[in-house]
Amino acid sequence: MDDDLKQSPLHDEHLKLGARLVPFAGWQMPVQYEGIMPEHKAVRSSLGVFDISHMGQLFVRCATPDVACRWLDGLLTNNVAKLEPGDGQYTVLLNDRGGVIDDLIIYRENATDYFLVVNASKVDEDFAWMQAHLSNAEIAFTNQSSEFAAMAVQGPKAAESFVALFGADATLPARFCMGAITTDAGDVIICRTGYTGEDGYELFCPADMGPAWWRRCLDAGAAPTGLGARDSLRLEKCYPLNGNDLSPDHTPLEAGLGFAVDLNKSAFIGREVLVQQKADGLPQRLVALKQLGKSAPPRPGYAVFFGDLQVGTLCSGGVSPTLGFGVSLAYIPAGHNQIGTPLEVEIRGKRFPAEVVKKPFV
Amino acid sequence: MNIPDNLKYAASHEWVRVDNGDVVTVGISDYAQLEMTELVYVELPEVGRTFKANDEVAVVESVKSASDIYTPVSGEIVEVNESLTDNPAKVNESPFDDGWLFKIRLSDPAELDALLDPDGYRAKISS
Repeated sequence: MDDDLKQSPLHDEHLKLGARLVPFAGWQMPVQYEGIMPEHKAVRSSLGVFDISHMGQLFVRCATPDVACRWLDGLLTNNVAKLEPGDGQYTVLLNDRGGVIDDLIIYRENATDYFLVVNASKVDEDFAWMQAHLSNAEIAFTNQSSEFAAMAVQGPKAAESFVALFGADATLPARFCMGAITTDAGDVIICRTGYTGEDGYELFCPADMGPAWWRRCLDAGAAPTGLGARDSLRLEKCYPLNGNDLSPDHTPLEAGLGFAVDLNKSAFIGREVLVQQKADGLPQRLVALKQLGKSAPPRPGYAVFFGDLQVGTLCSGGVSPTLGFGVSLAYIPAGHNQIGTPLEVEIRGKRFPAEVVKKPFV
Repeated sequence: MNIPDNLKYAASHEWVRVDNGDVVTVGISDYAQLEMTELVYVELPEVGRTFKANDEVAVVESVKSASDIYTPVSGEIVEVNESLTDNPAKVNESPFDDGWLFKIRLSDPAELDALLDPDGYRAKISS
C-alpha cells in the first residue's frame, strides 16, 4: 500500500496491534487501533501513547554564546532570549506577509544549542526557509528528523508512567521543559509537552530504539492511540492544526496565537504586518463554533453563514467525543465573530444552527 | 465477518432483506460498519420519497468521516429506523437487526436479481 509513503520506526508495532494505517503528511501512520472514541477517552481519563515519529527535529548549534539565539529571534514570533537552558516555548515561523509557515516548539538544550520540534508536513519547508535566512557560518543547522523515533505519552497518569519507565529517582521536566535521560536502553530526550490538553511528555530516542520504548510505554499502562484521537483531542482544546487552521494567508494574531507573539522584540520576519494589524484591528479571527441542537457533524470545508451571507468556511470540525456535539474552528470576519454570535453551518445543502463560543471547548 | 445467508448484498456494502410482499429492509453490512468505525450520526431519507436504485439516500458519519448510503433497489421509502437518531452506534452493534436503516417498497422486484448473494458478497470484500 502506498509505496512512496514513509514508514515510522514503530511501523511493525502498529501492525502487531492491528492498527488501521492511513497516509498523513507523506507518512503511513496509525489513525486508530481500538477506535477513536475509546482512545480519546483513554487519554482524557487515564493514559495514551501516540507515535509522533513523523514530526521533525531540527537542531541549532553554535559555540559562540547568543549567536544562535539572535538568529532564531529574527525568525520566530516568541522570545527565544527568554529561554533558560532546559526551557521550551511554543512559537510560530512566519513568511514575509506575516502568514504562518509553521507552529513549533523550541527548546534550549544548553547554553548555546537549540532543539526544534516541527510539523511533519512542514519539515522540509521550515528547514529550507530557515536555511535561506542563515548567513552566519558559525551556526550548525541540521535536520535530524530521520534519526529519531518519537512518542507522546498523554493523560492524567503521565507522571505515574514516567516513574514506571525511568524510576523514582529520574526527574520529570516541568511543564514545557526538556531533559536528557541516560538509561539502560540508551539516551532519550523528554519534553513535558503534548497536543491533547492533558498532562504528558514527548519521548525522543534513536530510531532503532523506538519499538523498545513504545512497548515500555504500553507496559506502563498507556493505550496505543492514533491520529484520529489526536485530532479530536486537540480540537476540543482548540489547538490549531497547521494546514487546517494555520496557513500562509493568516497571521498568528488572527489564529488566536497572540500569546506566542512578542511584539516587543525589535525585529522578526513578519513583525511589521502584525504591528499594523494590531493597530488596525484584526480583520478576522479563528473562532470556536458549537453546533446547537441535533446536527450533522461539522467538517472542514463546510460553509458558515450569517443570515444569507457566507462569512467563512470550517477549517477543522467534528463531533467532540467528550461533549457529544459538533465543534469546529473557522476564520470569521470582525462583526460576526463575537462570543454568542448566532451562525449557521451548511451541511449537504441544509443549514444547521451554531454559535460562536469561548475557547476551548473542553 | 458476519455475512448472513438470508440477505442480498450490494457491491457498495448495503444489504437487503425481503420480509414479505414488496417491502424490503435495507441496512449496511458488518464489513461496512467495521470500516466506518463507531457511528456518531445517521441521516435517513424522508418517508414517502421515491428513489431509483443506486441513488444516495442516507449518510452515516463516524468521528472521522461521512459515507453516502445508496439504495440497492428502486421504490418508495415507507419507514426509517428513527431510533438511530439518538443511538447511531446501534448500526455498529447490530448491523443486520436493530441497526437497519430504512424500508422501501419495491417498484421493480426484478432488481433484486441483480444483487449479490452471500457468496458473491464474500468474494467481493475479500478481493
